Amino acid sequence: MQGFEGFIYPNELELQWGVLIVLYPFITGLVAGAFILASLERVFNVEAVKPTYRLALLTALAFLVVAPLPLQLHLGHPQRSLEMYLTPHTTSAMAMFGFVYLWYLMAVLVLEIWFDYRSDIVLAWQRSTGLKRIVYALMALGSRNLSEAALRIDDRIGRFLTVIGVPSAFLLHGYVGFIFGSVKANPWWSTPMMPIVFLFSAIVSGIALVTLLYFVISWYRKKQVDQECADTMARYLLYAFLIDFSLEMLDLIQRIYEADESFKTLDFMVQTRLYMPHIIVQLLIGTIVPIALLGIVQLFRIRPAVRRLIYVVSCGLTLIGIFAMRWNVVIGGQLFSKSFLGYTTYKLEFATREGLLIAIVLLVLPFLILAGLAYLLPPWQEEQEPVQG
Amino acid sequence: MNKDRRAFIVQVGKILVLTGPAAAAWAYIREDRPQDAPSYRVTDHWWAFAIDIDKCIGCGNCVRGCKAENDVLLEPQTSRTWVERYIVDPADLDHPRVDSPNAAYDGFPDPGPQERPVKTFYVPKLCNHCANSPCVQVCPVGATFDSPDGVVLVDGTYCLGCRYCIQACPYGCRYIDPRTHVVDKCSLCYHRITKGMTTACCEVCPTGARALADLKNPQDPIHEFLRLNKVAVLKPQMATGSKTWYKGLDGAVR
Repeated sequence: MQGFEGFIYPNELELQWGVLIVLYPFITGLVAGAFILASLERVFNVEAVKPTYRLALLTALAFLVVAPLPLQLHLGHPQRSLEMYLTPHTTSAMAMFGFVYLWYLMAVLVLEIWFDYRSDIVLAWQRSTGLKRIVYALMALGSRNLSEAALRIDDRIGRFLTVIGVPSAFLLHGYVGFIFGSVKANPWWSTPMMPIVFLFSAIVSGIALVTLLYFVISWYRKKQVDQECADTMARYLLYAFLIDFSLEMLDLIQRIYEADESFKTLDFMVQTRLYMPHIIVQLLIGTIVPIALLGIVQLFRIRPAVRRLIYVVSCGLTLIGIFAMRWNVVIGGQLFSKSFLGYTTYKLEFATREGLLIAIVLLVLPFLILAGLAYLLPPWQEEQEPVQG
Repeated sequence: MNKDRRAFIVQVGKILVLTGPAAAAWAYIREDRPQDAPSYRVTDHWWAFAIDIDKCIGCGNCVRGCKAENDVLLEPQTSRTWVERYIVDPADLDHPRVDSPNAAYDGFPDPGPQERPVKTFYVPKLCNHCANSPCVQVCPVGATFDSPDGVVLVDGTYCLGCRYCIQACPYGCRYIDPRTHVVDKCSLCYHRITKGMTTACCEVCPTGARALADLKNPQDPIHEFLRLNKVAVLKPQMATGSKTWYKGLDGAVR
């Protein structure tokens, strides 16, 4: 056995959670973030971000569908995973996450998208032929009712669902943080800050992803990016990022100042094995640089074209930074021994069940699902004919 | 030989080999519910463990005995029990040198000459069978559970292999068995102690450094052990209700 130094417990020679478990909070965070961005328009009446409202919802759905896959692939016995729903152990944070996930997927996201798109689905049903017609008929659940009263109900329920959806999205990703933050055996994870740091980093990553998608899709469709929308999203990204960064720094300062029994071990880890992913990628490239770039846009007059370029760069860096943050939490939390006397290494394999190849597939998959969703339920409204009553 | 005669001989053999109550208990043990056997009542026991650090000589008998008895893979990363050697320089108490080569399966090599006189001792480790186990708390399906007689057990037919319990155990007592892809750990030789025997590691310990203890048995030496000695559990700040008590536990031990 190689790759460890100092003393680690014999059973710690094997690292338990790999890159797939890194993907799980990353993807779930994108879901929560995208949804919260969508709610900006619906609940908080930020009209400027309207062009991305539906895109954000579909993005959330596409990623939420993929979110359990890395967990599933990681299990020693995936065929038993349904037991988490059938015979859940109620004191287990992980078991309860299953229900939070299901609630969010079925009760919030799918319903909200359905009510939001219902009139479009009915119209598409009426217009299309062949297989598409059957698909739309199924999606409409057989109802063709487009009366004004029905549309009003759609809107009212949609708004209600978004109002429920905001705390649900908070719950969803706060809960992911809790799964790590509640492990008292691990000082790198165990902090009450974990859920809230996860939540804000989720919002940051969600806004960054939807902004990037909006730019890419507009470019692909040869449409002009709505500058006000882009500016507003970038502004909210900056706000969320500042809160996220402050919380993380607060956590860091507290740890350094308290310097409890685990501090020397963790400090050494951050300065050696975790230096590249933590200090360089997460903090410098993935946090400070995008915050600085987004801040510059707020402070100085910059031409729209340059602003858009800055947004694309900052959003890309942000996503890299948040991915690094998930990596540093999950992998970093396993690089030191619980004896605080030694360190181990994580070796990322390529074409294994939990290897890099599968991770890449799992990261590409949501975009394919999103493309499929966007094909059936186009998120760009300006091209649609007006709804007939 | 016809079937009736064979059954008769088997039955007579059982009666001859086993005494009456033991034969009755055997049926329950075969059915995997030893707690229902008339000779073993879960409510009569509350299992714990006592370790005398000064008696441990680091021979590794316990590790070998455990692996042989419980069909545990020989690799160090699948260890139900292991022994750590601490070499502490009194001039540098914060940096003990610790090792557990191959989980002490082969004992320990000579540490070689030391620059200054040092303090050396061995610390046997195993599942602490905590009363408030974090591993039991986090298992999403309850495959890891507390038996009514105070042993933390794993139902391998139910475990998902999610490894959350491995993360939650502060003592590093759990691992995934690569043959079954489910979690495994010390069962306190439940198959033995429910038949009135002690654990394999205690059985083979040449110095009596390890002792199975039954807190509900008033005759058990554990009561005297806890009364007469200064004892401690590992990582008391974790508040897991550990039931593995160490006599002579040094502050350097983690």
